Amino acid sequence: MTIRDILESMEYGPAPESGAEVQSWLDGRARAFGHFIAGTFTAPGEGFESRNPANGALLARVSQASQADIDAAVAAARAAQPGWAALGGHRRARVLYALARLLQKHSRLFAVLETLDNGKPIRESRDIDIPLAARHFYYHAGMAQLMEEELPDRAPLGVCGQIIPWNFPLLMLAWKIAPAIAMGNSVVLKPAEYTPLTALLFGQICQEAGVPAGVVNIVTGDGAAGERLVAAPVDKIAFTGSTAVGRAIRKATAGSGKALTLELGGKSPYIVFEDADLDSAVEGLVDAIWFNQGQVCCAGSRLLVQEGIADRFHDKLRARMDALRLGDPLDKCIDVGALVDPVQLATVKRFVDEGAGAGEIYQPDVALPEGCFYPPTLITGLAPADRLMQEEIFGPVLVSTTFRTPAEAVQIANDTRYGLAATLWSENINLALDVAPKLAAGVVWVNATNLFDAAAGFGGVRESGFGREGGWEGLLAYTRSAEAPARARPLAPFAAPEAPAPDDPLDRTAKMYVGGKQARPDSGYSRAVWSPAGVLLGHVGSGNRKDIRNAVEAAHKAAGWSRTTGHLRAQILFYIAENLSARAAEFAARIDAMTGGSGGAGEVEAAIDLLFTHAAWADKHDGAVKPVPLRGLAVAVNEPVGIIGAICPPDRPLLGLVAAMAPAVAMGNRVVLVPSEAFPLAATDFYQVLETSDVPAGVVNIVTGAQDALAADLATHLNVDAVWNLSTGDLDATIERAAAGNLKRTWCTGIGDTPASREALAAATEVKTIWVPYGV
Amino acid sequence: MPTKSESGTALARKEAHLPQIRGEARNPGMELDMDWVMRAQANTSAIERRTATLPGRRSVKKAYQAAWLVKAISLIDLTTLSGDDTPGRVRRLCAKARQPVRADLLAALGLDRLTTGAVCVYHEMVPTAVEALKGSGVPVAAVSTGFPAGLSPFALRLAEIGQSVQAGAAEIDIVISRRHVLTGNWQALYDEMREFRAACGAAHVKAILATGELGSLRNVARASLVCMMGGADFIKTSTGKESVNATLPVSLVMMRAIREFEARTGIKIGYKPAGGISTAKDALTYLMLLKEELGRRWLEPDLFRFGASSLLGDIERQLEHHVTGAYSASYRHPLA
Repeated sequence: MTIRDILESMEYGPAPESGAEVQSWLDGRARAFGHFIAGTFTAPGEGFESRNPANGALLARVSQASQADIDAAVAAARAAQPGWAALGGHRRARVLYALARLLQKHSRLFAVLETLDNGKPIRESRDIDIPLAARHFYYHAGMAQLMEEELPDRAPLGVCGQIIPWNFPLLMLAWKIAPAIAMGNSVVLKPAEYTPLTALLFGQICQEAGVPAGVVNIVTGDGAAGERLVAAPVDKIAFTGSTAVGRAIRKATAGSGKALTLELGGKSPYIVFEDADLDSAVEGLVDAIWFNQGQVCCAGSRLLVQEGIADRFHDKLRARMDALRLGDPLDKCIDVGALVDPVQLATVKRFVDEGAGAGEIYQPDVALPEGCFYPPTLITGLAPADRLMQEEIFGPVLVSTTFRTPAEAVQIANDTRYGLAATLWSENINLALDVAPKLAAGVVWVNATNLFDAAAGFGGVRESGFGREGGWEGLLAYTRSAEAPARARPLAPFAAPEAPAPDDPLDRTAKMYVGGKQARPDSGYSRAVWSPAGVLLGHVGSGNRKDIRNAVEAAHKAAGWSRTTGHLRAQILFYIAENLSARAAEFAARIDAMTGGSGGAGEVEAAIDLLFTHAAWADKHDGAVKPVPLRGLAVAVNEPVGIIGAICPPDRPLLGLVAAMAPAVAMGNRVVLVPSEAFPLAATDFYQVLETSDVPAGVVNIVTGAQDALAADLATHLNVDAVWNLSTGDLDATIERAAAGNLKRTWCTGIGDTPASREALAAATEVKTIWVPYGV
Repeated sequence: MPTKSESGTALARKEAHLPQIRGEARNPGMELDMDWVMRAQANTSAIERRTATLPGRRSVKKAYQAAWLVKAISLIDLTTLSGDDTPGRVRRLCAKARQPVRADLLAALGLDRLTTGAVCVYHEMVPTAVEALKGSGVPVAAVSTGFPAGLSPFALRLAEIGQSVQAGAAEIDIVISRRHVLTGNWQALYDEMREFRAACGAAHVKAILATGELGSLRNVARASLVCMMGGADFIKTSTGKESVNATLPVSLVMMRAIREFEARTGIKIGYKPAGGISTAKDALTYLMLLKEELGRRWLEPDLFRFGASSLLGDIERQLEHHVTGAYSASYRHPLA
């Protein structure tokens, strides 16, 4: 092309980033990799090829982790962990700092390698993935430094098994490894089989940074290797990937005592209100759904446009799509690169070919090179009922529908099983700040999209998983309470005596408490409650799944509680304490009668104390404004989880009930409580206290009966957002396995002598990060 | 408001001076549409993100870069707007406009003829510039209407336009009354623009918004629309005398307004960022933004100009680097 020709065409021309350095690095490794275990690379074994999806070229051969490899890696991690934790925060901070610096020093090597392995445009790996990864290590170097001072009651979990996806290989590695090792854990990380290479380069960086051998271990392999890691004797599994695999991991780890965090799929809404800056909202979509070819868990993949502007907006969007450049990911002038693998390409094709239905497909007239390329795609005219509006495509495909009002926008946005992220565009601060908290998502971006930073928590609700990455809240995923309270011990009800006699000749019927009303058990069965001395203390209803259904329905209807003020919730909790105090002697006597002990009075006092504690917390569990590198606010809001089912401890029937109810209700949740099976009558007496304390109907529900069955019913229920097991550990497996249905959160713990607040508050809240950039 | 057909003869005569005119319909203006004006929004943080990331998303290398830089030269309104301008100074500038790049470099690039887009001067310097550029095809632009503040008596501002046109200016860069924008008096802004446009006759009119003084990007968007409705042929950022002149965010807002105007009316309006664009790299970024937002067609002097005085020097050095492979020095290139 002569200058004269170019002056006519004014094309951009080729602007290739060189792959030479990466090729020579691969050559230097003979294009064959073993695992990185105990600070050294093992000899390459049987495995698989890693290819450049843009042109199919072989990059390297990578080993498939065998059981022996996993065992060796876990053993190395186990051996290294105590020493690593004992090094102290400052020494660990130095290592994390070195990792951050090394990532920067080798930034182009990492970026080019990432692009070759994954297919994403070099612009993204160079300007987004690698800088964010380095930022994560810097940030967590600081967290290591501050751990002893700021988190004196937290301890590392031990060995963490981490499984990451192929869409942001190095960045997800950073999100997993940085907080884990900052807190004194050691890790065994398995990168995705499509994209293992930057993780292996990271292994080399670990050697240069002085990471003690065994603290970071990288094993490569496919899903089978992942399964082995999940099954290995680790203390924690952290997984980012598909909801289907997340669900399988939830089941596989159920009852194992392994901590678990899951960051899963999404179908995140992208809402454009009529008063938005439409051109900017269109541009935002480029970063929402065509960023990384749409292979982003939090991609704004579901466009919701206000009806009056929809045609104009779609016109602008189609014109913008025409200007997207698709091609060689190493070209610095490319917006859309290659999908990660032919398998993924086939999946995306199938979604569009089979699912578009009545929708109208728009794809710009763009030449598709050989390789895993798929054009940017917009499908308009879909309804929420269409499959493509519900299912995650994980490709450059945007689906669109319209709404009429802000309320309807929220309704459609939340009409999904997922809840990872949401984006909204409006120039009206009232509208934006009203809608953002109503969206079921862990992250909300206002007038922006796909903003990330180490200081801001990231993670989802519903079937997008649980746990946060980034920020102080992210450290909860890699620490535990330094002194974990012992789990409750099983207690059987006292058996019926030979010659039974009632305690009180005037029968008092203990009922369940559902929707603010006393309710008879659906089953029509009751169970006698005997004192140890053989006195008939009363009867308690045998709850079943229908009672659970009714209680959850009542809790669902009490959604208004979650929107009340902390002050109001505090007042009501204080009032419950006041009314309990007025009947303290009666409750103490009841507890002593049931247990045959003399601790009733003390337990009532402790319960009143705990009610005061959570009344206090109701308006003090502050959110935070995160110092992200942006002119704007990243506000971390503590939102209620929703409906929490809680299995109360067998012993201390009143304190255990309050230990579940008080923090949950204080944070705005609605609860279904399953009281002590052995000593249920304190709970059934307690509803009279609730009735006199202005607790709105449905906020607290009490279902008595067999804890194992009711726990399973609660954990299976798809409208329950979390299940707490404060009862015996033998229920954990059932609960956690059943929780896989809607991936509800679980919290299995003892309550100790004085139930700790912070853990309970964290279990009772979801941190939602709302990003609000601003400027005139 | 003269339409193309009404002023056909006058326009044809002027077009002889304007080789860059490529037969686009001239903007006849339209009724002030306040619904449209008030609906315009500009989200600053999003706009800044777009412009901040653009240089990472687009790149031109080697021959393409050289060609784009040559293109940039052809789009420069080579400008002198100083109190100490003299005929001698203006003649030097015009000579540079006729031959902005050393002949040997031009030959090495495989090109034979290259001029800047125009020369831009104050009214008093128009006759000198017209004389100096005779036969070159390079038009003379005059800043007008009480430039830069635009606060002289309105009748004088109108008369100034007439006199500059009379003196041979083919393009008139008018300044708007910022107070109309700042007080939300869009009707007054519109009326002013129409009168300026009418006074220009066949000469093309560039409306300088003085964006650094408009307070917000939303005001920039709205003022852009009103001036286009009022008949502006070009909209231009700045006088070069404000404390903040052309910026990428402001440019994005104005380009999007132009795009919207074309979508609604079919009329293409030109864009001129002015002030503060002094490096070849900056110029490339502006051209990339232009190509991305408005398309290839705008990369021509009838639809885009840089208002710049020192930009050319940096581009010359980059072109020599392209030709020789060695980094250049400014003294190797003739002064303006």
